[in-house]
Amino acid sequence: MIPQDFLYPEFEVVRNPVKCINCRICERECANEVHRYDAHTKSMVSDDAQCVNCHRCVALCPTHALKIVQSDHTFRENANWSGQTIKEVYKQAGSGGVLLSSMGNPKDLPVYWDKILLNASQVTNPSIDPLREPMETKTFLGKKNIVIERDAQGRLVNNLPPQLELSTPLVFSAMSYGSISYNAHASLARAAKTLGIFYNTGEGGLHEDFYPYGTNTIVQVASGRFGVHKDYLEAGAAIEIKMGQGAKPGIGGHLPGAKIVGDISKTRMIPMGTDAISPAPHHDIYSIEDLRQLVFSLKEATDYRKPIIVKIAAVHNAAAIASGIARSGADIIAIDGFRGGTGAAPTRIRDNVGIPIELALASVDQRLREEGIRNNVSLLVAGSIRSSADVVKAIALGADACYLGTATALALGCHLCRSCQTGRCNWGIATQRPDLVKRLNPDVGYQRLVNLITAWTHEIKEIMGGMGINSIEALRGNRLMLRGIDLNEKELSILGIKYAGE
Amino acid sequence: MKINAQNLHYKTLNDQIKASNAKRIEVDNCIGQRYIGDGLAKKEILIHGTPGNGLGAYLNGAVITVDGNVQDAVGDTMNDGAIYVHGSSGDATGYAMRGGKIFIRDNAGYRAGIHMKAYMEKLPVLVIGGQAGSFLGEYQAGGLIIVLGLGSEKQTPVGYFCGTGMHGGQMFLRCNALPHDLPAQVSARAANSADMERIRPYIAEYAQAFGRDENAILAHPFFVLEPNTQNPYKQMYVEN
Repeated sequence: MIPQDFLYPEFEVVRNPVKCINCRICERECANEVHRYDAHTKSMVSDDAQCVNCHRCVALCPTHALKIVQSDHTFRENANWSGQTIKEVYKQAGSGGVLLSSMGNPKDLPVYWDKILLNASQVTNPSIDPLREPMETKTFLGKKNIVIERDAQGRLVNNLPPQLELSTPLVFSAMSYGSISYNAHASLARAAKTLGIFYNTGEGGLHEDFYPYGTNTIVQVASGRFGVHKDYLEAGAAIEIKMGQGAKPGIGGHLPGAKIVGDISKTRMIPMGTDAISPAPHHDIYSIEDLRQLVFSLKEATDYRKPIIVKIAAVHNAAAIASGIARSGADIIAIDGFRGGTGAAPTRIRDNVGIPIELALASVDQRLREEGIRNNVSLLVAGSIRSSADVVKAIALGADACYLGTATALALGCHLCRSCQTGRCNWGIATQRPDLVKRLNPDVGYQRLVNLITAWTHEIKEIMGGMGINSIEALRGNRLMLRGIDLNEKELSILGIKYAGE
Repeated sequence: MKINAQNLHYKTLNDQIKASNAKRIEVDNCIGQRYIGDGLAKKEILIHGTPGNGLGAYLNGAVITVDGNVQDAVGDTMNDGAIYVHGSSGDATGYAMRGGKIFIRDNAGYRAGIHMKAYMEKLPVLVIGGQAGSFLGEYQAGGLIIVLGLGSEKQTPVGYFCGTGMHGGQMFLRCNALPHDLPAQVSARAANSADMERIRPYIAEYAQAFGRDENAILAHPFFVLEPNTQNPYKQMYVEN
């Protein structure tokens, strides 16, 4: 390595020599090979340069002898040329490569959820105590634009298009088998079934072991068509056409060959070690009319029994695009904001392309209402829903339900070290190395997901109760429950909410 | 069983085909009905006229024969079975095929055989008798694409951007000169006798299906196109 390419490690491993007992657990646990026992000095040493700050060693150190700190080594301070920006230039000058990152946009851009405040009842309209009174979180996703029909005897004809029934308005969002591990998928599938919600296969196909969870599975069809065949389409409760992803709008997927091993190779139908490339566009979709063809070819193949979801990234013209999708025959539109997670995305795309989900959701909901087609589709929103409060705000802005990706990964043990693309996830989530995969026990992972969703559902009920609202139905699109803070007129008008105090 | 498709909506026609117990179904007067045979497993369908887009999408073992031309996205994401087209096909023929066979007697439009994939015994095969349009085999990840160029032996029977993004499988082109714009990640060579043995059964099936002379087809030189590495795009990235 030439000296220009030397980058001082971002993190430093701090080992307390008094507490360290040289048990070498940290050495065994670190797939990045940070820790090593030095026989000469009879002590543990660290290679800080390999550390991604995933906390695996910290969490497993029996004597709490370890901590990881951000290095205070700096470049000469410069508000324009930050240390990160300088490092990125060095990396590209040294390699000629496109910068590849993972997880959602880390930049300091506005998080509108944090600038929206919720309402509560005082005096004039009573709040509801969810411990005492029934609160309805059940949600149905699908087309509701039906005409009421009665038969000759005057009885209602059931002409409702297929719906997804959710016990609570939360869905585990698409993370492919390949980008994440078998045990991660097992945890998601079991939790979705127990909770009465859904998980999404992503575009890596469906492992045969998970077909029994089909009633709680959304199967995805993306441009690479990995793992798509008749039985797969039949297995799921709904089919999602992935047009875009919030973390990388406008570009496709690229699962590195290192992650294409064993069953991944079989499920995707590509040889071991070959890169799995999903092209940027679907090569048969160049218009809403073409999208309609894919929607109906999937409906024909599954006898119109399953709702079709079309997922797009939140981009500048999301409202117009959603208007087209709502007329394409799709049952549900999923919109993924620019802070959505990913297993790998070019840094520049992740950090600069797309718009916040809050603004996209508000404008899509508004546009569909204005055009009288809001009930043609349900809206599923994604792109960094971090808490039950974000969920309540999203529903009040017009969403029918929320997709949870990063929060799901965190529940499974992810520490957001943003190194998924290396395939060396020490927590057994974003890896295919058998020794790492087995660290994620699906019994534990499943329970933690159930816990998270149960807790959020309790909180959603509590927040709704405080507003005097007892069903998701009555919260949906109820923007009077929202007020903005620290927002300008334009932002308020796009969000369709008043300023706090108004 | 015969179905007269004249003035039938595609859904009505397809419902009749799905509901039928007949092993063999003949569709007359087909006028652009879409999605015929979607996901179908066991039947044999003979179509007179011109079926619409998405013929045999997700096909799962059925055999479809068309007495004429077909439109776009024939055999999209097909898994098993066979499609014989006594004419030409539109764009995106055999998109993301993962098994089964498609035989086009004459020409195919743009983007034929893109993103085909294969795994162990699953080997999709697309045979185009005449010429293929641009973007043939783009992102090909597996399987076999064979273009015969019958009737246009003097020119290369593919359009622009053949094999862009190819990272698996093989393409056979029956011609004297290679496409001038092959990407760096695709290597080309003259087919040897082992290669020819590999495609002989498919050439025989083509000749048999459309009444052509197998030996005359095989007598002409072929090129084989393959990706030159398993990870042709790996070097594009640097971890950040």
